[in-house]
Amino acid sequence: MPPNETLFLESTTRIQKDSIHSFMDFQVWDFPGQLEYFESAFDLEDIFGSLGALVWVIDAQDDYLDSVARLNRTILTVQQFYPGINIEVFIHKVDGLSDEYRTDTFQDIVQRISDELSDAGYENAPVHYYLTSIYDYSVFEAFSKVIQKLIPNLSTLENLINTLANNCGFEKTYLFDVLSKIYIASDTRPVDMACYEMCSDYIDVIVDISELYSWDHPVRKRLGDQIQEAESHVVLHDQTMIHLMEMNKYLCLVSVIRNPEAKDKRGLIDMNCRTFQDALNEVFSRSWEEGSTAQAGGPATTSK
Amino acid sequence: MMDARKKKRKVLLMGKSGSGKSSMRSIIFSNYVAKDVRRLGATIDVEHSHVKFMGNLTLNLWDCGGQDAFMETYLASQRGNIFSDVAVLIYVFDIESREVERDLDTYHAIIEALREFSPNAYVFCLVHKMDLIQAEHRQRIYDERSAVIRSRSSDFTVDTFASSIWDQSLYKAWAGIVHKLIPNLIVIERFLSAFAKKINAEEVILFERSTFLTVTSVTSEVGELNPIYDRHERLSNIMKAFKHCAARNTLTTPASAGFVVMHTKTPQFNIFLGRFTDNTYIFLVVPPGEASYNCAVLNTMLAREGFSKAAAGSGGGDGFPLPPPETEEHANGTIGNPA
Repeated sequence: MPPNETLFLESTTRIQKDSIHSFMDFQVWDFPGQLEYFESAFDLEDIFGSLGALVWVIDAQDDYLDSVARLNRTILTVQQFYPGINIEVFIHKVDGLSDEYRTDTFQDIVQRISDELSDAGYENAPVHYYLTSIYDYSVFEAFSKVIQKLIPNLSTLENLINTLANNCGFEKTYLFDVLSKIYIASDTRPVDMACYEMCSDYIDVIVDISELYSWDHPVRKRLGDQIQEAESHVVLHDQTMIHLMEMNKYLCLVSVIRNPEAKDKRGLIDMNCRTFQDALNEVFSRSWEEGSTAQAGGPATTSK
Repeated sequence: MMDARKKKRKVLLMGKSGSGKSSMRSIIFSNYVAKDVRRLGATIDVEHSHVKFMGNLTLNLWDCGGQDAFMETYLASQRGNIFSDVAVLIYVFDIESREVERDLDTYHAIIEALREFSPNAYVFCLVHKMDLIQAEHRQRIYDERSAVIRSRSSDFTVDTFASSIWDQSLYKAWAGIVHKLIPNLIVIERFLSAFAKKINAEEVILFERSTFLTVTSVTSEVGELNPIYDRHERLSNIMKAFKHCAARNTLTTPASAGFVVMHTKTPQFNIFLGRFTDNTYIFLVVPPGEASYNCAVLNTMLAREGFSKAAAGSGGGDGFPLPPPETEEHANGTIGNPA
């Protein structure tokens, strides 16, 4: 849904549960803001029992004191009974604020919450803050971070991607969930919004084009062998290359390459990405075997 | 040698005030996106712009402000100036207009003036802002309106299009217009269809470089079965949107952003997009198969020379000069050896 259409969304009146089936199954519970769930009518265990992350959205353009107070109450309760839950605070609608005011608001909110927490004796509570807006890519970025914390073998994935990116001379590499365009892992270089935007839009291009030409008909015949997974790359006017490779049903690997030499070695890049794909699928296939997950992908990356 | 005047085609863009003439001109030729056109003010008198299209074809675009006062001067004191040497008249109707009869009277007056000074001009009518009509009524209302327009067009054969800046219909309309303007199109099409057969392509599309409008296309029998009819316009839209994104993120203007080459391989189809001539991109859709795909790409690069010669041989083909050579080396997608 494009941002300008969200105007027509109605306010949420009951708990909406959306399941996302992807490489990992998530269930998103959308809570009405006015709901007082600490009343005895609600079963806390039912709500928070199997929770991985709690996302709290604060309207930065509104008077947020009330919302912050409620958030504090929630955090204290959650911390007391379910200390494992990550608490993610989205300071939202920042597109309407000037840069200075944005930082001030951010600091003010962080200050208020951490003061309250340390008063209650929780020094290192897992609370994280993000500035978000639906009019740019920040909300995708924030949700990506939230999801990443829930992935058990994130560090393995990041290591794998780092190895791949270093060996292939990629500027930045993301492992995307195609459907939601949330990235579940990336190399550990600093985040570059421009790269993210191009990668995510390039997925759109490929998905849209595929929609136009993926029709099924018995007379469509293949002309020879080809690898099952989709692969695509584009070279832009300034010689930047965006390389996309399908990993499995849900995931694809998108990289930005600015090194001009890389273009002549595409075969090598493709091969390395295939190796990465094998490693990745091995990580996921082993994720339910206890213990040894971190080992899974290690030896498979032979990229040079 | 062709005379210079002939290469410059005069295109009149007319219609009632506020019908969206300048908006669509900006989107097609100035790399605006739909929401940017809110910034545009009313056009005063006539705005001239030269749009280079396919290299040698310069469209001399006269965007005529549509307020009644201007319209009167066009028809009276400016009559000879405005309506002589016109190659194309594009008349825009606002579907939401409340004075349909009056609009049609004005249109008829314009047509009469055109018949007097440029009887051989092409006339295109765009029924614009179709997005404001409920989807289920669109076809019916459009059909009614175009019948009325035809009845008021004297002896001109008029092509009508339903359009909206918010979807691909705008591209469909303009691609239709552009298609009519290109000289020796038949030679180009013959060449392309022979070529498409050779490389077993399901579809070959030629896009103009800066506007991403479809210049021409060839579809094989199999490709003809594709159920999505508006795919060319959708492609124009998709690629243009991505061009904007690329421009934004590489800190350049949308006009100078572009693609050198794009390869896509999927289990259902393979696509190649590349610079074909200086002014066009070629878009190939071939069935899956690694080896035959690489062959097709290689052949496309070889065909470029033959193509520009074929177009030149028939006269006036200098619309298809080859791009500068430094882009050529990325053509071949062979697999590198692991070092």
